[in-house]
Amino acid sequence: MKQHYELLVIGAGPAGLAAATDAARLGVDVALVDEQKFPGGQIYRNVSRARGQLINYLGKDYMRGKQLVVEFLQSAADYIDNASLWYLDDRLEAGLLIDGASRFISCDQMILASGAQERPMPLPGWHKPGVMTAGAGQILLKSAAVVPQGKLVLAGSGPLLLLLAAQYLRAGVAIEAIVDTTPASRLIGALPGLPRALGAIDYLLKGLSYMHAIRKARIPVYKHVDDLRAEGDERLEAVCFSVGRGNAASEMRIAADTLMLHQGVIPNTRLPLAAGCDLAWDQQQQSWKVSRDDWGQSSVDQVMVAGDCGGIVGARAAELQGRLCALQVACKLNKLDQDQRDRAATPISKFLNRHLAIRPFIDALYAPAPAYQLPADDTLVCRCEEISAGEIRAAARLGCVGPNQAKAFTRCGMGPCQGCLCGSTVATLIADETGAAIEDVGYFKVRPPLKPITLGELSSS
Amino acid sequence: MFRRIEDIGSDTVTLWIDKREFQVPAGISVAAAVLLCGFDKVRDTPVSGSPRLPYCMMGICFDCLMCIDGVPNQQACQVEVRHNMTIDYQRGAAELPQQE
Amino acid sequence: MAEYDYIIVGGGLVGSSIAYGLARQKHRVAVLDGGDRSFRASRGNFGLVWVQGKGANFAPYARLTGRAADLWPQFTEQLTGETGVGTDYQRSGGMHFCLDEQEWEERVEEMETIRAHTGDAFDYEMLNHDQVKQQIPQISDRVLGASYSAQDGHVNPLYLLQALQQGMDHHGVRYLPNQVIDKIEARQGGFRVHASEGVIAAGKIVLCAGLGNRPLGEMLGMDIPVVVDRGQIMITERLQPFLNLPTLHVRQTAEGTVQIGYSHEDVGLDDGTSPTELIKIAHRAVTMFPLLQRVQLVRAWGALRIMTPDGNPIYQQSTQCPGAFTVTCHSGVTLAAMHAGPVAEWIAGSLEQDLINKFSTDRFDVSQN
Repeated sequence: MKQHYELLVIGAGPAGLAAATDAARLGVDVALVDEQKFPGGQIYRNVSRARGQLINYLGKDYMRGKQLVVEFLQSAADYIDNASLWYLDDRLEAGLLIDGASRFISCDQMILASGAQERPMPLPGWHKPGVMTAGAGQILLKSAAVVPQGKLVLAGSGPLLLLLAAQYLRAGVAIEAIVDTTPASRLIGALPGLPRALGAIDYLLKGLSYMHAIRKARIPVYKHVDDLRAEGDERLEAVCFSVGRGNAASEMRIAADTLMLHQGVIPNTRLPLAAGCDLAWDQQQQSWKVSRDDWGQSSVDQVMVAGDCGGIVGARAAELQGRLCALQVACKLNKLDQDQRDRAATPISKFLNRHLAIRPFIDALYAPAPAYQLPADDTLVCRCEEISAGEIRAAARLGCVGPNQAKAFTRCGMGPCQGCLCGSTVATLIADETGAAIEDVGYFKVRPPLKPITLGELSSS
Repeated sequence: MFRRIEDIGSDTVTLWIDKREFQVPAGISVAAAVLLCGFDKVRDTPVSGSPRLPYCMMGICFDCLMCIDGVPNQQACQVEVRHNMTIDYQRGAAELPQQE
Repeated sequence: MAEYDYIIVGGGLVGSSIAYGLARQKHRVAVLDGGDRSFRASRGNFGLVWVQGKGANFAPYARLTGRAADLWPQFTEQLTGETGVGTDYQRSGGMHFCLDEQEWEERVEEMETIRAHTGDAFDYEMLNHDQVKQQIPQISDRVLGASYSAQDGHVNPLYLLQALQQGMDHHGVRYLPNQVIDKIEARQGGFRVHASEGVIAAGKIVLCAGLGNRPLGEMLGMDIPVVVDRGQIMITERLQPFLNLPTLHVRQTAEGTVQIGYSHEDVGLDDGTSPTELIKIAHRAVTMFPLLQRVQLVRAWGALRIMTPDGNPIYQQSTQCPGAFTVTCHSGVTLAAMHAGPVAEWIAGSLEQDLINKFSTDRFDVSQN
């Protein structure tokens, strides 16, 4: 590891792996920084160590990651693993914590590829033991071959929920029920995106195959449910919800030991924000994304953004965006001229467009249900400081026009997660309460540290 | 409420969780180990004392905070198990570090 | 007739205290505040209600601070009584550590000067290492001693701001956030403010906009000299209680977190952070409290102090546009009790204040010195 690199790539998921590999191939002096012990990010987590039946359970899309990892490890890029990026600012000072020692490294160019997080799904009881995210379930499967036993309910909406169900069924995990919160109106709203999505027919077929597997296993699926709750005394005991509308509505209660929630993923914009990149509100994806051009260039000259951290695109598209970033960085660093860059980019862009063709359809179909963006007053919004939706609404009524003021008044977002689990909900609640557009309400400012660090580690930097 | 589906490595390590001895697969996270060993909570929150278990497993939610080898408020999902590790519930705010 | 008796420009600790004080006197008040991402010194406040060390270079400031600290217990009781919002105020006494003989000597001299300025109203004592250790067992051996004043205390500055805002609401103040002010007109018997909301009229106007006071003051014939001074502070994970009184750089909050300050930088309008300052701040904290070595940082941030050329507050009525006032200062927490009480009364003209008049901008006028 050196003090300075021409290029630092942050995050070893598909975007970062592809970007670092290609940049190294183009003669760029590059290091890839990642917090995990093994490359792959969340989507290809632990892929280099996966073996035996686990490979069959996780499926061939997962194993795509192995090729990326192998190519990266064979490249000339430096790999800085087990390194948490605790500090980053608009001067691109990157503070890394490695084995309890903090050090700063510098670079001429940076590619941020910090991926996505699951969209928080605040509902009554979501903080109780027994409730976790579908992504958490998948990480347990990939990194530890650990799966739920006892009564498992999957709830929410989005492709990951169906994928996890299919993976669990392959692995012989019993599923009590799948509780689908996708509102009935979403399918009609998604239809305009269908013709373009047919250009990415493999995604549609995959989705259908998950649904087929669920049907074949005779898992009860409850569609268009409302009022989803996790009930129980000290821990989750039952998943409750209502099905049907008006007079036909009926209340359901399913005994459960584990509830896995999901309502899509949103960009992890903390690093781009820390680096000073401009964000824009994406109405289709109901989330903030980084303003970037087709190369991945952000509003900050030296900062490129690849993959889901700039706006949700999926693993394959993220990889291709990483490759485009690498070409542009190499061009900026005079490793190749614009003609060479453009020639190399043409086939990548073509593939990328194919993979992006599915997005409008999926984004519209699985747009989050309002009920879990605007929870009832007594639902916890900030899990760290235990602040309820009612307290956020009261702060908005008192005059808080954005999340940063609401944070000062209520402590929401002041806990160790620094607002990762409440930021999107707080902004949505304030927008709803004040009648302002969410793009005017804004988002939490990012504060260091981006990852935990002790004062001792900091003071000896 | 969790189990392991198969051996993807036969190595195990010994852990002391809440002063009890457990054998768990090597290479997994403390959070996975605690779930696998059947624990119903990893901590009581400092605000209301309510119990929590790991939630996101990817280092962003900070709900899996535990006291690991005597160091409070460690993210159990980000720490790999080591032989003879001691793991305790995080009860409320961190205990004061011992003076060196 | 104008809709309001007073327009307060700025809804931070200073503006809110004054608005609350005026509204309690049954005046009709509107507060024009900035947005979510405005520079807000009130969010970077350390939360000290602090007497020791203030006013060595300006006797009236030492007296003002002492009075404010004495008004605090009654002020917070009244505020919490009206709003139900606690401020975590504790008059616990406070310490300022000295690490070597030279710091000790300078401290004694400063404390003595302030004592003289206040006619012995300011009370302090110098504690040696053992005396400090008796109160704070976790203190480092590197700490030679401390100045201690029983008049010092601390509060949660964010709860204070929230309580003031609730208090304004309680007394019928109209609070208008997200305002940008284009123009202020002084008319016969009043002022018209052209803001995002539209034109708002009032009999009097008080500028409490911090760094914004300089351009706003120019609209009202006031030269308000403000200087930017960035401070960075940090906060740790929650710990079991170990520090039952605040020190100048380290205090433990009621939640158990440890707040650590602070730095002084001249960086213009940038309220970000810098690693070099954060490292320095952390280093000083672990030097004083070695146990903090193994404690995790949860958050660090920067905020811009509003400084005047001599560091002391400005209380000024415009001579060109009578009825236009400014309150420009840092220490918005300590002085909140003063602002909600005597300063609000001075603005309302219901009280002649010899002390407050000493804080006019005349003192910066070279021709008078």
